[in-house]
Amino acid sequence: MATVEFQGKSFEVDEDGFLQKFEDWSPDWVEYVKEQEGIKELTDEHKKVIEFLQDYYRKNGIAPMVRILSKVTGYKLKHIYELFPSGPGKGACKMAGLPKPTGCV
Amino acid sequence: MAKHQTPMLDELTKGPWPSFVDDVKAEAARRAENKDGIEFQIPADVCEDLLGVLELSYKDKETHWKHGGIVGVFGYGGGVIGRYSDVPKQYPGIAHFHTVRVAQPGGKFYTTEHLRALMDIWDLRGSGLTNMHGSTGDIVFLGTFTEQLEEIFYDITHKLNNDLGGSGSNLRTPADCMGMSRCEYACYDTMALCYALTQEYQDELHRPAFPYKFKFKFDGCPNGCVAALARSDLSFVGTWKGPIRIDQKAVAGYVGGELKPNAGAHASRDWGKFDIQKEVIDLCPTKCMSYDGKTLSIDDKECYRCMHCINTMPAALRVGEEKGVAILAGAKAPILDGAQMSSLLVPFMKVEEPFDEVKELVENIWEWWMEEGKNRERLGETLKRLGFQKILEVTGVQADARHVQHPRENPYIFWKEDEVGGWKRDIQEYRKRHAR
Repeated sequence: MATVEFQGKSFEVDEDGFLQKFEDWSPDWVEYVKEQEGIKELTDEHKKVIEFLQDYYRKNGIAPMVRILSKVTGYKLKHIYELFPSGPGKGACKMAGLPKPTGCV
Repeated sequence: MAKHQTPMLDELTKGPWPSFVDDVKAEAARRAENKDGIEFQIPADVCEDLLGVLELSYKDKETHWKHGGIVGVFGYGGGVIGRYSDVPKQYPGIAHFHTVRVAQPGGKFYTTEHLRALMDIWDLRGSGLTNMHGSTGDIVFLGTFTEQLEEIFYDITHKLNNDLGGSGSNLRTPADCMGMSRCEYACYDTMALCYALTQEYQDELHRPAFPYKFKFKFDGCPNGCVAALARSDLSFVGTWKGPIRIDQKAVAGYVGGELKPNAGAHASRDWGKFDIQKEVIDLCPTKCMSYDGKTLSIDDKECYRCMHCINTMPAALRVGEEKGVAILAGAKAPILDGAQMSSLLVPFMKVEEPFDEVKELVENIWEWWMEEGKNRERLGETLKRLGFQKILEVTGVQADARHVQHPRENPYIFWKEDEVGGWKRDIQEYRKRHAR
């Protein structure tokens, strides 16, 4: 486990740079992570994806399936990769502060 | 002098089988010597630390890799299996030990030129250790650090015109038997179909969009040399229509002893003189063959095309001329609801470039499963949950007797409303005829 300092805040992260605690998330976290996830400027579309992931996680305790993310945001998978080059799991979920995806990945 | 003592692993250098311990040690020594002056991009002693941690696992009888790991390259949602040591201080060379899946060619035919080029990249940027190949088919680069992933990806795409394989909830790397490249049983060009579908579905392979993983495998005949029936959600197995081609002269050659049964596969033991009645006719599962001492006959309309007679007398019997593929669906390992082999979906389909009919079937199945499949539910489980009838509907395949091994024995039979004249009934109408 490592601690990241950014603009006066500190975040506990694992080796893959995922937040250890969802509660630690703040908008500063997104600013901090975006560069390592290949994102220059955050747009409203990025925010929409992040907000939906967080809402879904708070309600259901898991990340949504890709199909549900696409349906609710209206963004096709291709567009999600344009927004988050490393994809909905490594990119968007990490920025949203969700736990690291698990399973046979 | 080795960095770590490995007494238990050293035991595995004994015996006749090629020892992975010897090989990893040789690679460790090669990296230590570094005759070519390579500027190793990950610790030079990675192989020694790997042996060290493996020895520790042998001692502790438990793994020393941490749970999971999410790493990759931009643009893709899979292809790299991230892995971190849980004892990184003792074994810093393997603090990161990510696996990179690299797409392999059909039938795994290589030139030394390509393999050398791959190894040049891996020597520089990885551990120098590989798995040739992963069970799904990929070339597996075993062990590198996160910072090297984009570098490796850049090198294999720009210098070698090679891509990554699949991982995650997506189409995994398809694999094939060698097919027509060097087998007279092949009923379609497995390598052509495998390559065509791999290219067609690159998006589905690199960016997980499915409820769970999905695999294709391509066997040229029912012998199943790539085990499509057991190890792919959609299994393509070559078959034929019409008669098995018989060369009676060659049959006489087998009976006379000039030709060895099974191409000599059992030559290491004396099984006696070849007895066509005992070894072929009587073993035919449908008993559709006969031999009158001169002529071998096959009642082809009763033949299952099990391959036994052809396997036994390959010089005398050949697969039929009207060739194609049977498509089966649903194979998976036990988790969650039990192991499955694939079930027959399409008994026979012609296989012709550009394979439009195959692609249409694949896409119909995906469209359905992507919508209906639950999170982490394999196709085989969706079939169990929603019923085989559903996949017939979404693929437009007509139900026929070949879809079952045996008809159902329970009477819990669903009917569609329009098949029976409706479900709407008025209990009052019924009561007029049947008082309480």
